[in-house]
Order: sequence, then structure tokens, then C-alpha cells
Amino acid sequence: MAVVGLLLLVYPFLVKDAFWQNVAVLALVSASAAAAWNLLGGFTGQVSFGHSIFYGTGAYTTGFLLVRFGLSPWVGMAAGCLLAVVLGVVIGFPVFRLRSHYFSIATIAMQQVIFIIVVNTPALGSATGIELPIRDASLANLQFSTRDLLPYHMIALALLAVSSLAIWLFMQGKAGTYVRAIRDDEEVARAMGVPVRRYKLYALALSAAITSLAGSYYGMYSLFIDPNVVLSLNLSIAIVLIGVLGGAGSLWGPLVGAWVLQIIQEETRVRLSGAGNAFDLVIYGLLVMLIAVVEPAGLVGIGRRIGRRLPARLRMGSR
Amino acid sequence: MTELSQAAISGLLLGSIYALVAVGLTLIFGVMDIVNFAHGDFLMAAMYITFFLWLYGRLDPLVSIPLAAAGIAILGVVVYAVLIRRVLKGPVLSQIIVTFGLLVFMRGMAQVLFTANTRGIPDPLVGPVRLVFGGVVAGGAQLTAAVGAILCTALVYLLLTRTELGSAINAVAEDADAARLMGIDPNRIHMLTWAVAGASVGVAGALLMNFFPVTPEIGAGFGLVAFVVVSMGGFGSLQGAFLAGLAMGVIQDVVGLFQPAYGFAAIFALYLLIVMVRPQGFFGTR
Repeated sequence: MAVVGLLLLVYPFLVKDAFWQNVAVLALVSASAAAAWNLLGGFTGQVSFGHSIFYGTGAYTTGFLLVRFGLSPWVGMAAGCLLAVVLGVVIGFPVFRLRSHYFSIATIAMQQVIFIIVVNTPALGSATGIELPIRDASLANLQFSTRDLLPYHMIALALLAVSSLAIWLFMQGKAGTYVRAIRDDEEVARAMGVPVRRYKLYALALSAAITSLAGSYYGMYSLFIDPNVVLSLNLSIAIVLIGVLGGAGSLWGPLVGAWVLQIIQEETRVRLSGAGNAFDLVIYGLLVMLIAVVEPAGLVGIGRRIGRRLPARLRMGSR
Repeated sequence: MTELSQAAISGLLLGSIYALVAVGLTLIFGVMDIVNFAHGDFLMAAMYITFFLWLYGRLDPLVSIPLAAAGIAILGVVVYAVLIRRVLKGPVLSQIIVTFGLLVFMRGMAQVLFTANTRGIPDPLVGPVRLVFGGVVAGGAQLTAAVGAILCTALVYLLLTRTELGSAINAVAEDADAARLMGIDPNRIHMLTWAVAGASVGVAGALLMNFFPVTPEIGAGFGLVAFVVVSMGGFGSLQGAFLAGLAMGVIQDVVGLFQPAYGFAAIFALYLLIVMVRPQGFFGTR
């Protein structure tokens, strides 16, 4: 763990290529969002296809408060976080009556309704979205020079570290035991006295808050809040893909999934222009089908499997 | 008033296609508890088959119906044999994400192979036909599609209720292990279910191609509506899907008459309201 952390920490000092710096920032941001999804989908067993709702909440709140009232993006982040939690509880309270597939479909329906409302609201920039002003480069403004993405990288890394820590702490305590029980068998969990709906809501609230933070930060990084990106079904799909690809229900999964996905996306975009734009989708689709059929524990699971096959002596050495 | 009845009629015509698309989805769920998230993309594939048969073979969409049906039936069987069979006994997460991966794959493939261009058939055989009744107009293409959709839904219904295959499908849906003891091979029945589901959505695609242009993303909208229709009618219920499909079409067009931007949103909002009150849908049992 320390090794991976250290690698991510020194990465922007060693890698000065703009392309790879951008890949790293985007991978870290999407890893946070996917880690948040993983808490609900992987650990609690509630597969949401509507997580862009919370990502969009963060991005829009930050952008709206900045453009309309000139409020600091840090305030926007906090406000977005709060709003996402409230929204999560309001949505989750009724939707958590539904199980497995029904739940997944309801999250898609929610996402569609919210998307349509937002793109028809002029105060939120309708279908074009919100363009953010370029301001002085400073930590307070959460804007930096784009010549070297080092500061962007560090904040994204901090975001991921804090998110992962929060999720890890959540999973360590009573809540972790409860949500795992809910995932394994909701009926049994209920019979054993687990307050099922309350703990699903706790998991959703934390998940929504972290996803919203990632959305706020992405908005500040790209300086443009496009509903077709931050509030789209495709983003929800991407978040699920990363979570599943890396390994649902594993703390490392989202980080692995985000890097793999980001690299595939950027590489295909560069190497195959035009129609090749969708080639990344073909690869993701194949990977997800492969994982579902062969190893539901994702790339992390495949890695573990290979690790077990290695001779014992080698394995000891690698520790 | 004419406007309202016009919207209601257009909605009914569109709704019968929604119903036929939902038939395959609800059938698969009823028999093996699997939601095919790529169902809308099966529709997309059927539409492309129909389009290219017209483009290169000058075949009218009506002539292409059996070909599209056969094509998607084969696709269904392949998907079952390669993917679904392997996750049926696996964890729920695998069952949910496997067809989700298929959706992403098919949408990407369609964009790579056919580009994102919108393609339609400008001169279908039934295009010039128009039926006017008291100021309400029904286009020939829409009318043909609706009639075809209702016939096809009825055919699937008869297949399930009046034939030996139907009884076998029902037996497997009820209890696969018990069915095996009665000499029914559940694996074969599952495969046939995917074939029937594929064929019905294949017919829907060919009919839809008469008046609706195809893009690689077309499955997103139609697929979503199909999930909503199936959840509302009750997963596994054919009658429920049929009625909910018609209702969704009418709601979309009538709401769209007053609030053009919100016709589509109304479907989802209503769905959310209803499943909160009755999570198992109108005709569902669980």
C-alpha cells in the first residue's frame, strides 16, 4: 500500500509529459467516484446506474455558486457535498424499497428525470451547461497553471486518499459488518436484527458525498460543466465500469480500474481518430463481459489468482 | 380536443411498439430472473439489419421482418450460450453486469461499424398510406407497426399459453429442477426463450424502421422505456407489459403535447411514483 501511495506521490515530479499528467489527474478523480460507487455497489450490493446524479450535483453546485455569487469553489464543494447527501437520502428512502434489478432500473429512471429537468432549466445553463471563469492561479481559487499539472495531481490524490480513508473507516466498524450482511442476504440480515434500510441509507449518503466531491473537482479542473458529461447516463456507466473492472468490493479495485480505463480511453482517442472514438467502448464492453463470466472479483481478483499460482518462495519475496 | 385525441392515438401506436419491445425482456426475466440490459441494443441491431437489407437489397422493411427476427433470434441464442449460461449460477452482481457489458460492447461496435450517422428509410411501401378519422390522422407506417406489434405480441402469448413449448417454458420458469425431473431440459428451454425474445424484438425493430431512423444510441431510449414498461407491468408478466406499454406511449405523447421537453421524463416520473406504491408492478407476483 505504501509503495502504491509513494508511486502516486512522486508521479507528477517524474512525469512531465502533458498527456500522461492529464491521464493521471483524470484517473485519480474517477477513482474517487468509483470508490464511492463501490461502497454502495460492491460492499453493500446495491448496484446503482445513476451515480452521475451526485457527480453532477457537485459540479453544478460549485459552478453555479462560483458564477452567480462569486463564492469560492471550496464553499461550493462543501455545499455540493451537503446537497448530494440530502438528495441521496431523499432518493434513497423510497428507492431502497426495491431490490436488485428493480433498484438498478429505478436509479436509471431517477438519473433520466434529473437530467431532463436540468437541461431544461435556464438558470443552470440549459443544455449548454455552465462555463467557469478563469481566475488567478491559487489554492484558494482552486485554479492552477495548466503548464504543469502537479498541483492538480496533488489535490486529486488528496481527494482519493481522504475518500478511501473514509470508506475504509466506514467498513471497519459496525456499519461495515452490517452492509456486508445486507449484500450477502438481505432477508437473513433483517432477521438478525440489522436495520437494513437505515444502513443502506448511510452507505448511500457517504457514497453520494464522495461522488459529489469528485464532480466538484472535475468541474474546476475542466472549467466547463457540461450536462452531457457530468450528468449523463454514460458517466454513470463509466463509474460502474471502473468499479467492476477493478474489482467490486475491493478497496484497490477502483484505483486499478480507473487507470486501466483512462489509459484505454486516451490511447484509443489518440491512435484511432474519428470512428475509432467508440473503440474504447468495444474494449470496455468486452472486459466487463469477461469479468462477469470469468472473475467477478475484477482485475484485482485476477491479480490475486495469479499471485496464488506463483511459487511460494517468489510470493514471500514480493511482500 | 382534436389535438388531444391525435396525441392519444399517436401515443397508442407508439405504445404498441413499446409493448412488443418489452415482451422479450419480460419473457427472459420471467423464465430465468435475468434482466437483459442490452435489450434496447438488440432492437438497434434489428433496425440496422432492416436498414442494410433495404440499402443493398432494396428490400422493404415489411419483407425484412422475418429476416430481422431470425437474425436477432440467433443473436439471442449466442448471447445465452456464450454469456448468460455461465452466470446463471453465479453471484447477482455478475448477472446484473454481464448484459450491461454487452450493452456497452454493442453500442461501441455499432459506432465503429456504422458511424454515428442517423439513417432512415425515406420511402417504405406503407409510407404514403394515411388513415383519417374525424380529423385524427394515423400514418400508414405507424399504423402498420402498431398492427404488426399487436399481432406479434398475441402470437407470443398464444405460444406461451396454448403450445407444448409454452407449457415447458412455464414449467422451467416455475421450478427448473422440478422441470428437469419431468424430462424437460432447462438449458434447452432457456435457449429457446432467448430465441423467442430475440425474434420478437427483431420484429419490433423491422416495424420501427418504417418510420423511425436508427443511430447507434437508439437502444438507450427504447431500452429504458422497455425496463420501465416491464417493471410497471410486473417482471415476467406479458399482459402487464402489453398494457403498460400502451399506457407509456399515450402518457409520453399527451404530456409532450403540453410540455414538449418533458414527455419522456413523464414516463420515468410516473414509473417511480408507481413502483414506490407497488414495487412488484401491476401484474407482478413477487
